[in-house]
Amino acid sequence: MIVGQALRDQQRELNVFRNRILLVGFLILAAFGVLVARFTWLQVFQQEYYHTLAEANRISVVPVVPNRGLILDRNGEVLAANYSAYTLEITPSKVPNVERAIDELATVIEVSARDRRRFRKLQEESKNFESLPIRTRLTEEEVARFAVNRFRFPGFEIKARLFRSYPQGEVASHAIGYIGRINDADLKRIDNAGLTNNYKGTDHIGKLGIEGAYEKELHGVTGSEQVEIDAGGRAIRALARNEPISGNNLVVTLDLTLQKIAEQAFGDYKGALVAIDPKTGEVLALVSRPGFDPNLFVDGIDPQNWDALNNSPDKPLNNRALRGQYPPGSTIKPFMALAALEYKKRSPEYSISDPGFYSLPGVAHRYRDWKKGGHGSVNLHRSIVVSCDTYYYGLATELGIDSIHSFLTRFGFGQRSGIDIEGELGGVAPSQEWKQQRFHQKWYGGDTVSVGIGQGYMLATPVQLAAATAMIANGGIPVHPHLLKAVQDSKTQEMRPFADPNANAEALVKPQNLALVRSAMVDVTKPGGTAAQASAGAPYPIAAKTGTAQVVGMKQNEKYDEKRMKREHWDHALFIAFAPADDPKLAIAILVENGQHGGSTAAPIARQVFDYLLLGKKPQVKIEPPKDDAQPQDDEHD
Amino acid sequence: MISRAFEFLSRRIDGPLMAALALTLTLGLTVVYSAGGGAGMERVMSQGRNLAVAFVALWIFAHIPPQTLMRLALPIYVCGLSLLVGVALFGEVRNGARRWLNLGVTSIQPSEVMKIGVPLVLAWYFHRHEEALRLRNFVLAAIILVIPVGLIARQPDLGTALLIFASGFFVIFLAGLSWKVLASLMAGGLASLPLVWSMMHDYQRQRIFTLLNPMEDPLGAGYHIIQSTIAIGSGGVLGKGWLNGTQAQLDFVPERSTDFILAVFGEEFGLVGNIVLVILYLLVIARGLMIAANASTVFSRLAAGAITLTFFTYAFVNMGMVSGILPVVGVPLPMISYGGTALLSILAGFGILMSIATHKQLVSS
Repeated sequence: MIVGQALRDQQRELNVFRNRILLVGFLILAAFGVLVARFTWLQVFQQEYYHTLAEANRISVVPVVPNRGLILDRNGEVLAANYSAYTLEITPSKVPNVERAIDELATVIEVSARDRRRFRKLQEESKNFESLPIRTRLTEEEVARFAVNRFRFPGFEIKARLFRSYPQGEVASHAIGYIGRINDADLKRIDNAGLTNNYKGTDHIGKLGIEGAYEKELHGVTGSEQVEIDAGGRAIRALARNEPISGNNLVVTLDLTLQKIAEQAFGDYKGALVAIDPKTGEVLALVSRPGFDPNLFVDGIDPQNWDALNNSPDKPLNNRALRGQYPPGSTIKPFMALAALEYKKRSPEYSISDPGFYSLPGVAHRYRDWKKGGHGSVNLHRSIVVSCDTYYYGLATELGIDSIHSFLTRFGFGQRSGIDIEGELGGVAPSQEWKQQRFHQKWYGGDTVSVGIGQGYMLATPVQLAAATAMIANGGIPVHPHLLKAVQDSKTQEMRPFADPNANAEALVKPQNLALVRSAMVDVTKPGGTAAQASAGAPYPIAAKTGTAQVVGMKQNEKYDEKRMKREHWDHALFIAFAPADDPKLAIAILVENGQHGGSTAAPIARQVFDYLLLGKKPQVKIEPPKDDAQPQDDEHD
Repeated sequence: MISRAFEFLSRRIDGPLMAALALTLTLGLTVVYSAGGGAGMERVMSQGRNLAVAFVALWIFAHIPPQTLMRLALPIYVCGLSLLVGVALFGEVRNGARRWLNLGVTSIQPSEVMKIGVPLVLAWYFHRHEEALRLRNFVLAAIILVIPVGLIARQPDLGTALLIFASGFFVIFLAGLSWKVLASLMAGGLASLPLVWSMMHDYQRQRIFTLLNPMEDPLGAGYHIIQSTIAIGSGGVLGKGWLNGTQAQLDFVPERSTDFILAVFGEEFGLVGNIVLVILYLLVIARGLMIAANASTVFSRLAAGAITLTFFTYAFVNMGMVSGILPVVGVPLPMISYGGTALLSILAGFGILMSIATHKQLVSS
């Protein structure tokens, strides 16, 4: 009985157990059913959504920066090129203590004090999340050494980038300009021009010179690449690529050898030179001394170099050719003579008797000629050859300032020449109205007298003088000085020549008047002329005019004595010329700061330039080999 | 000769269970290879060694008769309990939790011992009192269960504590705990939820929040779950193909070889793969439950049932967590995830199941 009870209990228990197992089995089925439902929801109904998310995770569209166009001189010499190099960059926002991280980096690869300074300056100028270079031009070995230690440096990244290099160093730096990192002002300009997308991934932009002016041609069109990235953001492989279109190459009008010869001819002098083909307006040389090494700006300039350039009393960053406004001095005389002929205020035969000074009627003040005692009998021709001041004092007074203003304006004075790089200043071709507006003062007769010899309120830039000289050389046709010769399309390789807006301009002065002035300018370079010495022995005729511009004003009866003056107070020397005079190939304007006499310091520079261009003759002085390194230039010029 | 060797090796092996296990484990190796990325082959070799060890354990447990196992149940439990107390007193702190005990030679996690110890001791306890089970037996069983669970939860290791609690609870439930008590326990449990909530650690609460709204902190706490659901969802019906899962291969799925390996599998093999895996698990579980239902003693039945249900719990909790319907707890996907410890305890458990399946006839005859 008891056994039976126990058996029944056992049987009952087994039944309970089996029922519960069955129940549990159903529950398990239900639970797995829930899972399968969940999987179905995710993988069937939501599949598209999650597919999109997965693709967004793995695919990143990165801009592909186009290669910047090259800048070549008219003979194909490279003035600005690209090279590919490794840089080590830091994203400051990803590094907790940047200074300490750089200290640590210095134990792995070399980090110079200059690198640190430059990085600190970049950091001040940039946003925290931007990737900034701490080291540029890493060697393969340095790249390898860093790669091994990479884990120690979160927020550091090796990047292979194209860099700009200016193989000619200082040569033509003011014409070529440079590129630098895009700053806030650049960003705003890019934004306003609607080019934000095209500048994604680009962190340099042309700042000055040709680099700045032809940024649009040089930059190219940014492409894009779809890359697969991993969770760490590293690119694994490229999926699709929309090729960038390289920037167009620029062929500029400069002749590199001519440019080098011109720069070296300056020696230690500061100053500027602009040499123009009078028929086309092409600028064959554009010198502003001292220059600077544009390579310093490419990776961001370090504070030391920046201070050196910016605070130097020599102002190497100032483009004197475009921005230097100097009294043209006697170089204005050929233009005044032309005005006299055009306005029929003088005939070629008319002579004055020069006592060595000029006085306005009824005024005691004497305007002195540069030559004590005067030049005797002076007609228009001789007034240019000997540079007679007295002739022009009287002439200016008779012409009147407003006639002078309107005539000089024809030759481009008082307005920008329109040269195709930025920063040009307009000079001053004064008028009554100009003085009223500028100084709220009446124009006096004495003001006009000074303008007659290119002093007083008259100011001109070297490029203006060169363009005006080119007009005398080419028969009076306005020229538009320009540095671009042609654009080489990066896709078709086709050359698109510079479109000269002045191509069909007409002469603004009568040919017979011009011929008179030109013949006088030729005699300037002959024995008895003010530039005879520098032109001696030239197998081609040169037409020229010398000039001197006072840096400090002289009192009545005070004598100019260079020995008693500081060098920076010495007069500036000026020289305008074109050659060969009968078929001009080149018109040139030269300013030598504190050079004193146009004939002795400026004219020999012109002679070297002409000799090379017309005779292929190179001066004795050595031509520096091209620099390919961006080391700081410690040897300053004074 | 060969047939005799086969006979020797397979005498205590349950064929159908073994077949289901072999299929699942093979599938596991292919996923481990894919999840290993560049180190795939290395991982497979290493997991192969783990498998060899685990199969030896399975074979040994399969040869231990249930009666012997029953005699070992109490010593295992007592031993495990004292180790847990040792951990609480002298344990090593790793990753903010006191789970490891340094025995000089090696460090062990005593909670692993309890994964087998708890269901065995409870099965032994109910077996001893099979003639007259009263409420107080169930109360005592509950105490036997709650002590180790409490110690493990305090480490804190809530995931393991819950799994061990579940395995013990399965024994008590299968032993015949009345529905009335069960219902009142559930009501009581629900009522005490706020209390439990207040006792939870911040990171544990955060996991619940994360489950409810993973996008709240997509790069922090929510990152795991967001990336794993993206992986599974983007796999679609047929999957992206073996070794072709972008989420997995590009490192977006964290812990993709271990706890989140289902994301790799689901992405590469799709819904079809997931269903196949669920069916394989179901086959294993169905065979386990059959063995339990046909077992000859109370101990055998309860032990077999508990082992099977624990296995189910692992699979369900992991799949639920990776697909975003359960909070994140550190549970690997049984027989798929890379790692030796979990594999060892799971196959040891199946060894016991096979022992129960193959020793039954001897007892009844």
